[in-house]
Amino acid sequence: MVEPAIAALTDAIKKLGNASSLHSAGRSVRKDLEQAREQIAQAIDCAPSEVIFTATGTEANNLAIKGLYWLGVKKNKKVIITSTFEHHAVADPITWLAEHEGAQVVAIDVDRNGFVDLKQLATRVEEHKNNIALISIMHANNEVGTIQDINQVVKIAGDIPVHSDCVQSFGKVELSFKKLGVTAATISAHKIGGPLGVAALILRKGLDIEPVLHGGGQERDLRSGTFNAPGIISFAAAAANAVDNRKERELKIRELKSELIQTIKKNIPDAWVNGDQVKSLPGIVSITFPKTDSEGLLLLLDGEGIACSTGSACSAGVQRPSHVLMAMGLTEDETTSTLRFSLSYSNTINEIAKLGSVIATVVARSKAASGKK
Amino acid sequence: MTKLKVIAAMSGGVDSAVAAARAVDAGYEVVGVHLALSSNPQKYRSGARGCCTIEDSHDARRAADVIGIPFYIWDMAEEFHKGVVENFLSEYQAGRTPNPCLRCNEKIKFEAVLDRAKALGFDGVVTGHYALTKDGPDGKTLHRAADIEKDQSYVLAVLRRDQIEGAIFPLGDTVKTDTRKEARQRGLFVANKPDSHDICFVPSGDNAGWLRDKLGSETGDILDQSGNKLGEHKGAYTYTIGQRRGLALTVPDKSGEPRYVLKIEPKSNTVVVGTHENLAINTIIATPPVWCGATPEVNQELRGFAQVRAHGSPLTTSYKFDGQNLIANLDEPVFGLATGQALVIYDGDRVIGSATICETI
Repeated sequence: MVEPAIAALTDAIKKLGNASSLHSAGRSVRKDLEQAREQIAQAIDCAPSEVIFTATGTEANNLAIKGLYWLGVKKNKKVIITSTFEHHAVADPITWLAEHEGAQVVAIDVDRNGFVDLKQLATRVEEHKNNIALISIMHANNEVGTIQDINQVVKIAGDIPVHSDCVQSFGKVELSFKKLGVTAATISAHKIGGPLGVAALILRKGLDIEPVLHGGGQERDLRSGTFNAPGIISFAAAAANAVDNRKERELKIRELKSELIQTIKKNIPDAWVNGDQVKSLPGIVSITFPKTDSEGLLLLLDGEGIACSTGSACSAGVQRPSHVLMAMGLTEDETTSTLRFSLSYSNTINEIAKLGSVIATVVARSKAASGKK
Repeated sequence: MTKLKVIAAMSGGVDSAVAAARAVDAGYEVVGVHLALSSNPQKYRSGARGCCTIEDSHDARRAADVIGIPFYIWDMAEEFHKGVVENFLSEYQAGRTPNPCLRCNEKIKFEAVLDRAKALGFDGVVTGHYALTKDGPDGKTLHRAADIEKDQSYVLAVLRRDQIEGAIFPLGDTVKTDTRKEARQRGLFVANKPDSHDICFVPSGDNAGWLRDKLGSETGDILDQSGNKLGEHKGAYTYTIGQRRGLALTVPDKSGEPRYVLKIEPKSNTVVVGTHENLAINTIIATPPVWCGATPEVNQELRGFAQVRAHGSPLTTSYKFDGQNLIANLDEPVFGLATGQALVIYDGDRVIGSATICETI
């Protein structure tokens, strides 16, 4: 967590009072909480009343997708358009709606560079025009970092509600809810140095969607549950910190990223970077090391003090081929030879040099262990 | 001196957890690995009875946390299916009774895992097996564990010399009750976890039912040794030689003695039964032999002990290698011996060699 977020959290956690209570202690917490809402609204460029706090990004995505779908169903609109490489927090609620609530899912392909095929999107929207409940397409991909042209998606959508998962991009690149033009956007505190367990759905005013959680209706009757006031206050501090420092941090991280790519290419000439490198998040680098096995790469790099990630894992912890990379056209073998490096402004050139000094040995060993030919 | 690096295979049980902790104490650089052996873990055993469940992988991770070692999960589902499950089914189809734990040691823990570990720059694999290795002039030898009740040298005897070289068994000198005590002292919450029994990939524990499900259940005749039909069975492979229960025979034997399965004939789908004395076996032929040491001279008559079941007693025997098979002539007959099980020859507590029983006389 970033320092201002830690400070805000530790201060707020000492303060007594339920933000929904009417006594003075409660009102005082509520005041801090509403101030936090305004700060977040400012950071993402929306109205404060458009910020709905949730516990996680997954919850916010569920609320947006299910809520907008059920709203559509009232007008007999049952089609959901999405991309083939969404995060599970978007893809899985959509699948659930298809399996349990009669949704018809249309998934738009992505190209080898990690961009959603907008021509195909336009065709599909034309085909299903009056039956589409919502379109949900992520702003930036979590595995390869590519940033979608959401403005264009909104233009194609016309009156159709558009939701975009912005968890990856908020605070990392310039992001304005107003300029993006979407109906709903998801953001989360933990991705910007804020605390775990707090996120928000930014939802355009005037939309009366169905809630997913029922109870006290604390958030505009759209989301129930006692306010996590310290978390929300800390989230706001992290958001302000991220937005205030974004430009210089982004510049620094992009430099580190280019150094990292050069270092790896110099040592491992057959390695390649997945996804477009221009329209992308500064800090995410997905690299395929052909004929290796990413579990082995991760184990050996971890042993050297270098943290990276493989694709996703199932509930038992077994690595599964990344659906994101498969959607982009990589083979199953290639996806399980891929690592994701996440860079932050606190990383250094020396750390990248350290990676450069061990990567050749690590790749050679992993190749020997993988059995891939 | 740089530390030796080892992979500790952690099933989520108490033995492998203590073994990993002891390897750390012994000065190894230890990385814990849980083997995911099913591509659909939830479909395998539920609860904490076997290995291979989601709960077990969680338990293994928590044990690694307490010990303070890195922890990873290796997907060995494909290797396990090919090397263990398919072999288990084809052996039953051929009328034999396989030992899947032995195959798992041979093909997974000390082949797939050991090979991968070595390629990644590790020096060996630590497991919680109860067996000992000793350094000899020609390399490591394999021996029975101090705790004879838990001794697992029988299911490890199938390992080649190079596999034994890469194996580390920190529990070989310990009795199981002490392992549990030590686990409690180390703060490992798996200390009281029940031992795993049965076959980890048979979810219900109902082996016969599982086999019927996988191989179908074609009824066939139950015959006496003269070929007279005594009854019907529901799939020959669900029987084991020496089995007495579950035959449901309506015609009693003339002598009034109970009857046992003597032979399973998959081609004719028949099960042959007879009295207990018909089960007596004096000579065992097993193949292919794996020697944990020098290969004996061809046709040289040697003396030793034979073990023919996972927890069987050692039987005094003469044995020889005929150039192809390992042949044991037992001093006293053994009753109800299934083909497909391993014949392991010991010299005292040391494993001399092992082979799969293919014929009994």
